[in-house]
Amino acid sequence: MEVYFDNAATTRILPEVREIMLETMDEEYGNPSSMHQKGVGAERYIRYARDVISRQLKCEPKEICFTSGGTEANNLALIGIALANKRAGNHIITTGIEHASVYNPLLYLQELGFRISFLNVDRGGKVDLEHLRELLCKDTILVSVMAVNNEIGAVEPIEEIAKMVKEYREEILFHVDAVQAFGKQILYPKRIGVDAMSVSGHKLHGPKGSGALFVGSQVKIKPILYGGGQEKGLRSGTENTTAIAGMGKACEILYPHLTENCERMNRVKETLIRGAVQIEGVENHSGEAPHIASLSFRGVRSEVLLHALEERGVYVSAGSACSSNHPAVSGVLKAIGLEADRLESTLRFSFCETNTTEEVEYTVRALEELVPMLRRFTRK
Amino acid sequence: MEYQTFLIKYAEIGTKGKNRYVFEDVLCRQIKEHVAELGEFSIRREYGRIFLQAESACDYEDVIAELQKVFGIVGICPIVVEQRMEYEAICEKAIAYMQECYGNRKLTFKVNTRRANKAFPIRSMELNSEIGHALLEACPNLRVDVHDPDVLLQIEVRDQIYLYSATIQGAGGLPVGTNGKALLLLSGGIDSPVAGYMISKRGVELEAVYFHAPPYTSERAKQKVVDLARMVSGYSGAIRLHIVNFTDIQLAIYEKCPHDELTIIMRRYMMKIAENLAKKNNCQALMTGESIGQVASQTMQSLVCTKEVGTLPVILPCIGMDKQEIVDISERIGTYETSIQPYEDCCTIFVAKHPVTKPVPEIIRRSEQNLSEGIDGLMDRALSTVEVIDVAVR
Repeated sequence: MEVYFDNAATTRILPEVREIMLETMDEEYGNPSSMHQKGVGAERYIRYARDVISRQLKCEPKEICFTSGGTEANNLALIGIALANKRAGNHIITTGIEHASVYNPLLYLQELGFRISFLNVDRGGKVDLEHLRELLCKDTILVSVMAVNNEIGAVEPIEEIAKMVKEYREEILFHVDAVQAFGKQILYPKRIGVDAMSVSGHKLHGPKGSGALFVGSQVKIKPILYGGGQEKGLRSGTENTTAIAGMGKACEILYPHLTENCERMNRVKETLIRGAVQIEGVENHSGEAPHIASLSFRGVRSEVLLHALEERGVYVSAGSACSSNHPAVSGVLKAIGLEADRLESTLRFSFCETNTTEEVEYTVRALEELVPMLRRFTRK
Repeated sequence: MEYQTFLIKYAEIGTKGKNRYVFEDVLCRQIKEHVAELGEFSIRREYGRIFLQAESACDYEDVIAELQKVFGIVGICPIVVEQRMEYEAICEKAIAYMQECYGNRKLTFKVNTRRANKAFPIRSMELNSEIGHALLEACPNLRVDVHDPDVLLQIEVRDQIYLYSATIQGAGGLPVGTNGKALLLLSGGIDSPVAGYMISKRGVELEAVYFHAPPYTSERAKQKVVDLARMVSGYSGAIRLHIVNFTDIQLAIYEKCPHDELTIIMRRYMMKIAENLAKKNNCQALMTGESIGQVASQTMQSLVCTKEVGTLPVILPCIGMDKQEIVDISERIGTYETSIQPYEDCCTIFVAKHPVTKPVPEIIRRSEQNLSEGIDGLMDRALSTVEVIDVAVR
């Protein structure tokens, strides 16, 4: 049995998505900027995708800027906003559990002279709002908080944060990394006071290399890539028609079923947690996101359990897949205060709407066998 | 300057008496294999030298880089050819050559002519001074220095005229395939690929064995070893890599033997498996990357204790080298970056905090008796489930 429980890392492409992508390769392969028929044909795919996504976020089509993915969207939002607003101040607030594609651009901005503050989170990974109130100051120009944490699935109180930030001072801009929330949570950035929001296509059965940044039309932002002026000058470079069309199609298919899909994923998640915590020494650290379960297995190294599950056809990840090339201890798990032995023994199981309870039962049975067996063989 | 012809120099083979032709044959074959994908080439042997001639367009820098990986070659001279057997033609070519190679840099030079073709009317001493004179007139940036010239312009008069001035260093050693075959224990670390390179350099053909311990070691650790074998094969030629599933044996040792002896006992079983594979595949020796005293399992006592389980000779090319010396070689041959990728290998997963450093063979043998029930079955299974991958750059 093959069980893919690593959907927070990436997902399989839907057949309809693949179809539309092939169309843009085989037939409408023109450069969307070309003046002739072939260009117009390609541009149509982009306009369609832009319309689909802007309807789902309830924003204007012109407020969607396509990027090469979540990482670029985050870089563009943070660096672009900081540089465009540096005369208003130099202070940026974020959390200690952000994805590397937020954390590292902020370190870069720190080198450029910006001051970065990190919000405390509680054991569930939730932002400490009181701390936010203390950190906000006259120099603050930008606040960036993720909507859903990628490692434990903590859901952040985005609306409350937006409210607090805007009440403190209307001009402070608020960016949300919604890569893990997109398609799993209804988020209307303009209605709740979010100025910029990053999303990605491949977490939602779209292609890798697709993503977008919502930027409110009144927001001051500078590009980070300069060139031919595509995407209204905010993101130069020939549009990746294939990826954009694929992302648009994936959103179009999945968004209408968001609620029922989330219920389905949540059932799968709850079944897994219920089964796993029966095993001795297993602890649940999952947040509320329907598609992410975070479990630790005392006395078993996560990497070994991961490979043992893999031998049974079950694919999961240890910490965040994006950082697996550096098997360092997860910063997120540390930030939520996990004990040292839990840090090294935590696995992430992440779901999509096609996962079934049979798959979960199979996985729980595998865990019941593997965990006690692996515990016999540990480093002394 | 574009070069189509390369003079290949070899040293050691020249001293091998009657075997010389065997060595030369192998070297020519190796050269052909290495450059096969870079274009059409012909090889000519002449008076103890090899000429490689491109018969189609080729990127000569790629050719040189590839020739530098062929063991047995000590030097490569990219040469220009003049087909007209006339004094004026040689002068013209010499002037064009010096101008193109060295521009108008201020240099001292000397001309050294060899007249192998005695039918050519001008003698070599005369050619030296005449061509030197022509160069001095044509190139104001050049001065003569017959004792310690910056550029030594070599001119060879054969059935055509060859000109060259630079010798690019080759890899040295002996052509692979002239010294039998050995089985390398490849771990994924820094030392074992270097060991393989060094012995291959002495003309030994390689096979390799890797001990895989899933789920404790990952698919990426295995891929890393395949990658390393492929890098070494750039020098040694194709390597047959045997991948042994070692998990059950390792867990049996873990459960039944004293923990501080785990590594040494594990290594003894690795050697037993390696010896078995070596004999089945006509390898005459085993080879490891050990350097004496580097870690607990590489003390003199440990090496003795590991060696005693088999009869084949165990070659340890890095044995007298410091870590930095090994690192230097691995950087030069390009394996270092891959070797330091942080995947666990089977030697580190259960390693004791304080392993024995001076194992006594009698005591180790006694500990191994705890395994007597069942170990033969595990060994048979490990040997019958070996995965074989033929690894080659080309």
